[in-house]
Amino acid sequence: MALYLLRRLMQSGFVLVAMSLLVFLGVYAVGDPVEILISPDADQEERERAVRALGLDLPLWQQYAVFVGRALQGDLGRSFVFNEPAIQLILQRMPATLELAFGSMFISILIGLPLGLYAGLKPEGRLSKTIMAGSILGFSLPSFWVGLMLIMLFAVQLGWLPSTGRGETALLFGTRWSFLTADGLAHILLPAINLSLFKISLVIRLTRAGVRETMLMDYVKFARAKGLTPFRITFVHVFKNIMIPVVTVLGLELGGTIAFSVVTESVFAWPGMGKLIIDSINVLDRPVIVAYLMMIVLMFIIINLVVDIVYTLLDPRVRLEGKA
Amino acid sequence: MNTLEVKNLCTHFFTRAGVVKAVDGVSFSIGRGKVLGLVGESGSGKTVTGFSILGLVDPPGRIVSGEIRFKGQNIVGLGEEELRRLRGNRIAMIFQDPMMTLNPVLRVDTQMIETVLAHDNCSREEARQRSRDALGMVGIPSPDERLKSYPHQFSGGMRQRVAIAIALLHRPDLIVADEPTTALDVTIQGQILAEVQKLATNLGTSLVWITHDLSVVAGLADEIAVMYAGRVVEQGEVNTVLDGPYHPYTHGLIGSVPSRNKRGEPLRQIPGMTPSLLSLPAGCAFKTRCTRADAACETMPDLAELSPGHLARCVHPHQGAEA
Repeated sequence: MALYLLRRLMQSGFVLVAMSLLVFLGVYAVGDPVEILISPDADQEERERAVRALGLDLPLWQQYAVFVGRALQGDLGRSFVFNEPAIQLILQRMPATLELAFGSMFISILIGLPLGLYAGLKPEGRLSKTIMAGSILGFSLPSFWVGLMLIMLFAVQLGWLPSTGRGETALLFGTRWSFLTADGLAHILLPAINLSLFKISLVIRLTRAGVRETMLMDYVKFARAKGLTPFRITFVHVFKNIMIPVVTVLGLELGGTIAFSVVTESVFAWPGMGKLIIDSINVLDRPVIVAYLMMIVLMFIIINLVVDIVYTLLDPRVRLEGKA
Repeated sequence: MNTLEVKNLCTHFFTRAGVVKAVDGVSFSIGRGKVLGLVGESGSGKTVTGFSILGLVDPPGRIVSGEIRFKGQNIVGLGEEELRRLRGNRIAMIFQDPMMTLNPVLRVDTQMIETVLAHDNCSREEARQRSRDALGMVGIPSPDERLKSYPHQFSGGMRQRVAIAIALLHRPDLIVADEPTTALDVTIQGQILAEVQKLATNLGTSLVWITHDLSVVAGLADEIAVMYAGRVVEQGEVNTVLDGPYHPYTHGLIGSVPSRNKRGEPLRQIPGMTPSLLSLPAGCAFKTRCTRADAACETMPDLAELSPGHLARCVHPHQGAEA
């Protein structure tokens, strides 16, 4: 296990280095922030002074070397726009995005698993067919449109739920969270539902496919021949087997949700990282973009590692070994 | 009273392509502590017969008629909960492929203890004790340690022993064994057979031993029923049937055992394949593969008692001991 972790850590290091190169080059290909940041009527001298202050006069490889040198000390640069450390900007917004992502994940499991289970156990039932048809909608409706419809129905027409912002927050571990207050919960509900629709459909389909496949296995028939109750067969024998694909896909989805919840955050004016990155791209705030992408890479690495470790808990045949 | 009496059992599958009569009018009975060998090729209906006894026939299949009397009580048409209480408790089953019968993600102790607790209201500790004893009984070394293992840490033979141990947990009156040694090495097969035989004698458990292997039946069974295309074609005391089969199919099966062949001679075989159950020929189902078939075989013969205790379903039976 220790050897495995060490090997994983080294691989992760390579991934980080490769990604930093790609991100750095990519961002520099997009455009020159000088045009946007410096007012057009600044004279030549002012311009040069600003360019030098931002370190933009150096050749690309030197800029990269400076970036790496600072990054190793935990400094991912200062935002051109806010003149604050980029990492601090991102960390400020992170709790908002995290609680939204986990909230939507929670909803998708809470709704998706039971529905998928039902559809898998009674594949011919009318309700099952309705569930499966509904899941196709969940897959195919664009999330910005669903978001607008949710706002129209629940915020405008019925007036039940607020549609913008985080609402009241409470302090935990030194950061502010919405899910700890009733008002915050009301605020998070709509965007979380919006973000979870796709994932609910995903979980439904995965669970149903898993249940249908597992129910045909000899060990399920043997479990019935042992005289176990249908309840125990479903929730112990079948359930533990279908959790393996569900955990894999949800793990990847979680990363995707945290990194790219841009649309939902924009529709609901949720002050998370997604909104920050869009704003930063608009003004070509390079340090923030680079820092954000590096954070996301790091996050995916961590999530994949956690998923692999959860595997060993779910499937005894998987052992994490130092094998290549 | 016989442990099991099956009378005129018909289990049909209602598929889109038509009705498949997987089991069509099968009757047999087994006394306490006796072993019945249920023999036939793949698709002859022997496994479906086994599942019917446990009430485990899944849709689109169902038992359409007939009786299965277990210790006098007809269990056809019993409710799911009543059947569940019998299954694994009074009637147990062992499956063909030991690699597939144990749940790969649950520990052996979980899978054994849950079986004990499904039928008996005892403490977990007592259930564990009984599981350990059962493992010891089927010859698994250091059962305490093995209880904590996962199925993939066992070999095929050991897994089948675990499955047998699970079947024995409640000392059932009847065990349906569906080709339990087919997937195993010959040496392991021998060990398991000896083990099962010993246990059946000691515990007074009756066995339905489903197999296509006549050599297994010869050494283990008291009675034999040969199935072909969903019907019993020959039935009787094991030595009588094997020494003097009446039905050409049984005759062919015995002839197909390679060890009976003289060295250098071409191996004997039954020509052709089992007919599709969807399009059985009229009359005797075996006539298309039979050398003795003629016009008289166009009507299905009855299962008739040709000599005391020895039944066959054939118009042109072989003359007893000539095999």
